[in-house]
Amino acid sequence: MKKSSRILVIVSAVLMLGAYFFPIWKISLEAPQYPEGLEMNILINNITGDVAKINGLNHYIGMKHIHAEDFIELKLLPYAVGLLAAFGLLTYWRNNQKLLYTWAVLLIIFGVVGAVDFYLWEYDYGHDLDPMAAIKVPGMSYQPPLFGYKQLLNFLAGSFPALGGWMVIGAISTVIGISIIELRTKKNNKHEKSNVNTIGHSNVGLQ
Amino acid sequence: MSLSTPYSKLVLATAVAAVTFTTACKPKKAETVISGDAAQKVYVAPGKLDEVYLFASGGFSGQVAAYGLPSGRLLKVIPVFSQNPENGWGYSEETKAMLNTSHGFIPWDDAHHPQISKTDGSDDGRWLFINGNNTPRIARINLATFKTEEILEIPNSGGNHSSPYCTENTEYVVAGTRFSVPIEGNTDVPINTYKENFRGALSFVKVDPKEGHMNIAFQLLVPGVNYDLARSGKGASHGWMFFTCYNSEQANTLLEVNASQRDKDFIMAVNWKKAEEYLKQGKGKKTPTTYYHNNYDERTHSASSKVEKEVLTLDTRVLKDIVYFIPCPKSPHGADVSPDGESIVASGKLAAVIPVFSFKKMTDAIAKKTFESEFDKVPVIKYEAALAGEVQKPGLGPLHTEFDDKGYAYTSMFVSSEIVKWKVDTREVVDRIPTYYSIGHLCVVGGDNKKPYGKYAIALNKITKDRYLPTGPELTQSAQLFDITGEKMNLLLDFPTIGEPHYAQACPADVILKNQKKIFELSKNEHPYAVKNEKETKIVRNGKRVDVWMTAIRSHLAPDNIEGIKLGDEVYFHITNLEQDWDVPHGFAVKGAENAELLIMPGETQTIKWTPKSTGIFPFYCTDFCSALHQEMQGYARVSPANSTVALKSGIGETAPKNELAKN
Repeated sequence: MKKSSRILVIVSAVLMLGAYFFPIWKISLEAPQYPEGLEMNILINNITGDVAKINGLNHYIGMKHIHAEDFIELKLLPYAVGLLAAFGLLTYWRNNQKLLYTWAVLLIIFGVVGAVDFYLWEYDYGHDLDPMAAIKVPGMSYQPPLFGYKQLLNFLAGSFPALGGWMVIGAISTVIGISIIELRTKKNNKHEKSNVNTIGHSNVGLQ
Repeated sequence: MSLSTPYSKLVLATAVAAVTFTTACKPKKAETVISGDAAQKVYVAPGKLDEVYLFASGGFSGQVAAYGLPSGRLLKVIPVFSQNPENGWGYSEETKAMLNTSHGFIPWDDAHHPQISKTDGSDDGRWLFINGNNTPRIARINLATFKTEEILEIPNSGGNHSSPYCTENTEYVVAGTRFSVPIEGNTDVPINTYKENFRGALSFVKVDPKEGHMNIAFQLLVPGVNYDLARSGKGASHGWMFFTCYNSEQANTLLEVNASQRDKDFIMAVNWKKAEEYLKQGKGKKTPTTYYHNNYDERTHSASSKVEKEVLTLDTRVLKDIVYFIPCPKSPHGADVSPDGESIVASGKLAAVIPVFSFKKMTDAIAKKTFESEFDKVPVIKYEAALAGEVQKPGLGPLHTEFDDKGYAYTSMFVSSEIVKWKVDTREVVDRIPTYYSIGHLCVVGGDNKKPYGKYAIALNKITKDRYLPTGPELTQSAQLFDITGEKMNLLLDFPTIGEPHYAQACPADVILKNQKKIFELSKNEHPYAVKNEKETKIVRNGKRVDVWMTAIRSHLAPDNIEGIKLGDEVYFHITNLEQDWDVPHGFAVKGAENAELLIMPGETQTIKWTPKSTGIFPFYCTDFCSALHQEMQGYARVSPANSTVALKSGIGETAPKNELAKN
């Protein structure tokens, strides 16, 4: 690996640890009656913010109450992030390109699985509604957006990465970036080597 | 007669001149004193907040009203001394104890003088104190919750009027009696023995600097006259308190005439630091008496009463260098201390001048014993020896003075219905503006502080005729807002008030907002009947007493079906509002309850007692519109005959009691 790549590897590994200190994802709700807004923060092992208030509101539409203990993900996530960060450190220590590519692939899988899992939970919460609920809007599901804003009855729901999440996303992007650069450098090197050989041959030829 | 004759021309010219002359000389009326941009200055756009909180006494309503300025919008009526059916204050089991006195349960008082607590002579926004004039009491309102937390009865007093003015750092609030009364031993004496048997009591109520809890540190027994108002010294005069006195004639009947005979009454200067010294030396005397001390605990949301049995007194006939009289013309009403603490402005409400006394000259006179006489063993300082000067021709009926941040004083003139602005240094009148009508107190924002905020003066008027749409014989009272930022005062706004806005204090909203609480944290609710979630709700019988542990949340009460109550039972509904959203109180009312409803704040628990008078089904419901399904927030209580076998059961949904017929 190039020296700059190696530095970025360690930076990325450390950046991932931000997930332990800052919220990963934030869901916000705005409505006329809530000028100050409601917020739900997803941490690596917990859900904080106005969860009780949101649960209180969700009962109107028959949505299940959100409880952090119901999410196996919040128990696994600290280990997953830890292992991925450790893999980064290993990559740095061994200074090995193959490890780097493996790490990048693992991170991509982690990101995709995370997003799909998050979507499925949202789908479940938004669709598995109590048939006895007070408010029923024909055809309406209350699935929050995976990313961005969406109007759900009187609430504008927003879903965005929070600081910890941005740090992880930053780390993953960086690792993918380094991998691409390293791959290109490797190709170029091969190319250069073969060029040198050709020139050598022709030199020989000229002689 | 034709207009062309010279005679008629002359008549016309005279008439025109007369009309012009009259118009020119007629004083301005209300409409003309309002300058063009008044509306802009009081307009607080939707979504914007007022700059200042105004706390006005509700006078004979017994409450306090909080207004926003400059809009004049009524923000809230804070129940203090009077029962308030709107939220069950004084009706609910938790708050009844707040209105206990040695005379029993007194659900009303005459609230006059709000005082914001002070730190270093400026409003700190922690508490608001207010006096109950009739059955002498002082209340403390917590400005973090806008809730009355403490009511302390004042013994040995009749008419707690010169109260509850507080010292520079809220060391004390005072409770000076308006009526002197016989106070020791046999109090059943002929009224006309006033001079021999009647005495005044000035109570110094110590305020705990952390929690605000009050207790009577000591009472000064003073000459038997009427004590009207008080102000504490500050800065230079810190450690002193000044009271106005009238009826130095010591009359006991027809005071209108008999207490208006002397040319001068008194300001009483009290050296409370000296009183503290005497207390340390053990010179206080423990005197038996009975008074109530009521506290509302924010953690348990409940009040309790304690009966106090004695009070420490210092007799000014014995300990002579605590109090001094300064002569003051004539029937003094207000005594107000300038921001630097050096000038004491006294207003004789029948006097033609406003005397301004100098604190320094007063203490010099005391040191040199420049006394003119004694009154009931209290030295009387020579008028001129303490006088800094007089405000000449201030107007008619000067009452109260407050100060701004630029060295000016503002005095309310009751008889001539105006505010007069004068310079404290030179005592020269610089401006005057009419008020509508009969101003009593006035308030400048922070006007009794070391550093007044200025900007607005508020007139607290007794009469309002022609200011609003007529409302029948009983008119509202009114406050008026003046802009005092410029050289000339400008009227900005009239706004009606509750009760009589006797006095008010105002301070910048920021001072209050930084401490303000928005909810009661459910997890910190220590009410003995609190329920933290619906699963804990229950109903318990103990003899004839039935306790219902109920919860309220949008949009249901739990339990909402109750059966097994019997005629003759006393039912206590203890309702916990499970909400933690700060704008969602829930109400609770049950048919036939003889008291009131409850209004339960988020996280709070409140109890209402209900004694059903007949058998049958009694609906109960939420009274505060809480959600789209507020109207569905209801339930039923079934009351069976006293000998019924219906079991005591309660529930909601699946757990609701099923089909139990009465077997009699």
